[in-house]
Amino acid sequence: MSTETLVPDPVPAAPASEVMTYREALRLALREEMERDERVFLMGEEVGVFEGSYKVSAGLLAQFGPERVRDTPISEEGFVGAGVGAAMLGERPVVEIMTINFLLVAIDQVVNHAAKVGAMFGGEVRCPLVIRTPNGAGNQLTAQHSQSLEGWFAHVPGLKVVAPATPADAKGLLKSAIRDDDPVVVVENLPIYKEKGEVPLDPDHVVPIGQAAVARPGRDVTLVAHSFATVRALRVAERLAAERGIEAEVVDLRSLRPLDVETVAASVSRTNRVVCVEEGWPTYGVSAELAARIQRACFDDLDAPVERVGMAEVPLPYAKNLELAAMPNEERIAATVLSTLELA
Amino acid sequence: MAVRSERLPVVDTAALLDLYERMVLVRLFETEAERQYKAARIGGYCHLCSGQEAATIGSVHALQDDDLLVTGYRCHGFALARGVPPAAVMSELFGRADGCAHGRGGSMHLLDVQRGFYGGWGIVAGQLPIATGLALALVRQERRQAVLCELGDGAVNMGAWHESLNLAALWSLPVVFMVVNNGYGMGTAVDRASAVPELHRRADAYGMPGERVDGDDLEAVIESTGRLLAAAREERRPAVLELLTYRYRGHSVADAGIAYRSKDEIAARMEHDPLVRTRERLREAGIEEATFDEIDARTEETLAAAVAAAQESPEPDVAELAAGMYAAGSGEQFARMLPGSPFGERDLVFAGGLGT
Repeated sequence: MSTETLVPDPVPAAPASEVMTYREALRLALREEMERDERVFLMGEEVGVFEGSYKVSAGLLAQFGPERVRDTPISEEGFVGAGVGAAMLGERPVVEIMTINFLLVAIDQVVNHAAKVGAMFGGEVRCPLVIRTPNGAGNQLTAQHSQSLEGWFAHVPGLKVVAPATPADAKGLLKSAIRDDDPVVVVENLPIYKEKGEVPLDPDHVVPIGQAAVARPGRDVTLVAHSFATVRALRVAERLAAERGIEAEVVDLRSLRPLDVETVAASVSRTNRVVCVEEGWPTYGVSAELAARIQRACFDDLDAPVERVGMAEVPLPYAKNLELAAMPNEERIAATVLSTLELA
Repeated sequence: MAVRSERLPVVDTAALLDLYERMVLVRLFETEAERQYKAARIGGYCHLCSGQEAATIGSVHALQDDDLLVTGYRCHGFALARGVPPAAVMSELFGRADGCAHGRGGSMHLLDVQRGFYGGWGIVAGQLPIATGLALALVRQERRQAVLCELGDGAVNMGAWHESLNLAALWSLPVVFMVVNNGYGMGTAVDRASAVPELHRRADAYGMPGERVDGDDLEAVIESTGRLLAAAREERRPAVLELLTYRYRGHSVADAGIAYRSKDEIAARMEHDPLVRTRERLREAGIEEATFDEIDARTEETLAAAVAAAQESPEPDVAELAAGMYAAGSGEQFARMLPGSPFGERDLVFAGGLGT
């Protein structure tokens, strides 16, 4: 009889990452955080039985039950406020709002209540609330359902606002938001829900709030964007590289408040030219804030005025040709980049 | 309003005397607050509850120690009733560091988390969804406690009222929505604002009990609030309680309170004063006049000490302007916002209170 020790087959190493869609990445973040922390629960319209309007919460009701995946009536003000109250008592509510347009119905609870809890009560109580909601336009959803209003919330001291543009950042930022002790608005994006990308599987991996990413390095000009505008900016950068040999650097903000001016300024200081791109209206918008910050941080480095591309300043029309014309499409972004490089 | 009929006392004489003293504290505190406001030591808005003492003291008395309280902005009396020291309340009105919200909240935003008082809130009906969420958290944490949510008669026409009552009933949450109906939402009489001025009847729409009680009858308030809170606490049955009362002063100290009601009306209501009525009960129980005088004197001393403490309390340090706004650990998140900032995040946020 052999005395050889039986050597088991080696266990294959768990993959460090996996390709999945943005919505799957969000779902994985929710599942991991709900498994990690009993206090985390999900609440919103049709998040349970219907599995979410955009299917982000698919399977979560089956796994966690109706107490932790809680269907609500169409009562945004009521259940966002209920999230504030539950958070004040130490729960970790994640409230889903079907789209950011409907968050306006609850804006009093977000701005006048959630954002005020920490400061107004002298730090005596905190509000670790997460509000998840998509922005986005482009499907002929028309004026009331196509807005990108994240700048409204990023305006408010007491709130934090993040807006991931990739599946990996969606997972990492949502996890950071859930673990954060302050109210965080997580702005998801309708067109990106179906986009795929490599996502780290380590449940402890998070993306820190307040840090932008250089999504594409370049030397000639900086494009600063967030959310779907980042996707557009990357497409434009690739096209300009292929067609004109222009190397555009794309900075993906990822967080709007706190805003990572440091990374933006470092990029602009190298490229000396910058185009800020957003899906919201530029007037009083995210790009307006960026322009103010950049001129202050990079005054001596700028070779051209800070340029901006955003949504046309109209309520978004229905007709396809009008909608396409109004959006910050790639032609407009590319034309603006060429103009700032004095190549137009 | 029904006159009290013969019935068993809700509290014994000693307890009633103690409650009477608390009512006196609230009444005289508000008088002092108005005086200090006129002396410009208190700024901003200042909403007094004089005349509403039975509703205020009686409802809070019905709370158990670990029950939670949320109110609107007319909250001085509720803070005092819940046991927040008068010096901490007065210091908050003075905007001082020793105020119960460290000078950040003022008259409308008193709180004391240790005493289960989760805030005076300043947007009409804004506290209702929050109270609903506190009750939801109690259920999730399997705590046998209830939430008492105070609101004014003006709040019942807000969307947040309907959404909160529906959620509370739908989810069987342990919360009592207590409408302090003092007859006027700011300067508008209830029947000029509400199509159904019997406000408690609106509970029917959500399948929850709704009761109307003489809010100037201390024992009636204690009995009804206590019973509804018990049902909320023990059986997760939410309810609406409407307390009929009257405020003697204007909506806030900036309102003389006579443009929309007559002096005769105010005088007539003062004849049913909750302090007078409670004093009558105590006299019937054998309490002597001297005892009332002692209570007045003792309360005046307490308030003089509270004012002195508020005056001596330092102003909040400007270097800590942003204290409390964000939780500990947020400094790292804001660090990269700094370069080129014209807004001084470093000074406002870093030297201040991010996480200290």
